[in-house]
Amino acid sequence: MGLNLTLSNVLKSYNGKAALDHCAVSFSQGAVHVLMGPNGSGKSTLLRVCALLEPIDDGELVFRSGERVLAPDLALRRRISLVLPRVGVFNETVYKNAAYGLTVRGIAKNVIAAKVDESLYAVGLAPKKDDNALTLSSGETQRLGIARALAIEPEILFLDEPTASIDEDNTRMVEDIIKGLHRAGKTTVILTTHDRDQALRMADHVVMMKLGRIVEK
Amino acid sequence: MDLLLEGFSKAFSLILHLDAELYGIIFLSLKISCIALCVAAFAGIPLGAALGLKRFPAKGAVISLLNTFMGLPPVVVGLFLYLLLSRSGPLGVLGLLYSPTAMVIAQTILALPIVASLSHSAVVGVDPIIRQAAMTLGASPLQVSWTVVKEARFGILSAVMAAFGRVMAEVGAILIVGGNIAGLTRVMTTAIALETDKGNFELALALGIILLTLSLLINILLHLIQRKGTVNTAQWA
Repeated sequence: MGLNLTLSNVLKSYNGKAALDHCAVSFSQGAVHVLMGPNGSGKSTLLRVCALLEPIDDGELVFRSGERVLAPDLALRRRISLVLPRVGVFNETVYKNAAYGLTVRGIAKNVIAAKVDESLYAVGLAPKKDDNALTLSSGETQRLGIARALAIEPEILFLDEPTASIDEDNTRMVEDIIKGLHRAGKTTVILTTHDRDQALRMADHVVMMKLGRIVEK
Repeated sequence: MDLLLEGFSKAFSLILHLDAELYGIIFLSLKISCIALCVAAFAGIPLGAALGLKRFPAKGAVISLLNTFMGLPPVVVGLFLYLLLSRSGPLGVLGLLYSPTAMVIAQTILALPIVASLSHSAVVGVDPIIRQAAMTLGASPLQVSWTVVKEARFGILSAVMAAFGRVMAEVGAILIVGGNIAGLTRVMTTAIALETDKGNFELALALGIILLTLSLLINILLHLIQRKGTVNTAQWA
């Protein structure tokens, strides 16, 4: 059973300045949700708190599986994933990077090999699986970040500006991957972008943010 | 210049003629330094990693103390240990003075702050995005810490090699607690000091050349390992 995510009156501040100001939104399962808004509107912060990377100061952030409310623990963290705008690749091979999420879950090596090969193939990095990940171009690095997340088959995938610093070809490839996830219907995708056209191409739902508030859904 | 040439000539002669005493001294030097280094690494790497990864009271004081101890004068360490291990000292009953064990303890005391402090710097130097990336991929807190330490592995290796350089070159502390006893506690640095005192400069120089050669080999090894870990990303800058 998939995950539903609901935020109610969520507050998050840094040094006394509100990054999220009474945010309330629901993300339905299996859809592509696009967060838009100017710089500093709180999009990335929203993704970081939703991905349980940072705690909220107040309000409610609730993950539900059916009617059951899930505790924000490691087990829940392992059902979701966030691809950061600066991916943060490990000084290892592309293969080991893609396998990381499965390795920390203690998955059997043969299963890891199959899933990693599949995810690297999906992002077009299979020929580079033995290269050191630090030698990849920025577009390839972004795709590796997505492959790492794809390998663990998250129920909710957060993507923070996945195409902000990459060329058209790589952007198209990333968009195709997201569309593929959407077609498969198993993964809820929540992404941020500044690109209005991209939002129109990708989104089932668009959420507009400004100054830490959700101004339009 | 003649003295240097004679030193080189004597060094090669001693090495080529498989001089048993010389090889004994080299072997003991390496053995004591390696054991001390292993103990220092075993304690120092986790300590440095913990200092880099965890928050706890007095953390700043511990870091300052370690940084200070990196420059510990070896003779002070030797004197301190001598007073502890001498027959009238609190640990005199152990009978460790003038033994290789005492030399290992002295070298460990000198190496530990170097390993811990430089390991701490290596761990702190890891890009914070690595920790976040590990978390987003479902790593537990312990797995996140291990990932950060793994990313710092080449810096940690440098820390260990720097400590090895220090213990191999050390003379003050091990001379005091080891006593420079032939066949038992005589190592390269103490043998150099003795031969220089005796005016036997060729042999002292020969030993010095061998010590330098060993240091050079260790540094080449370090460089090769570090080069393997340094990836050229300049093409994408």
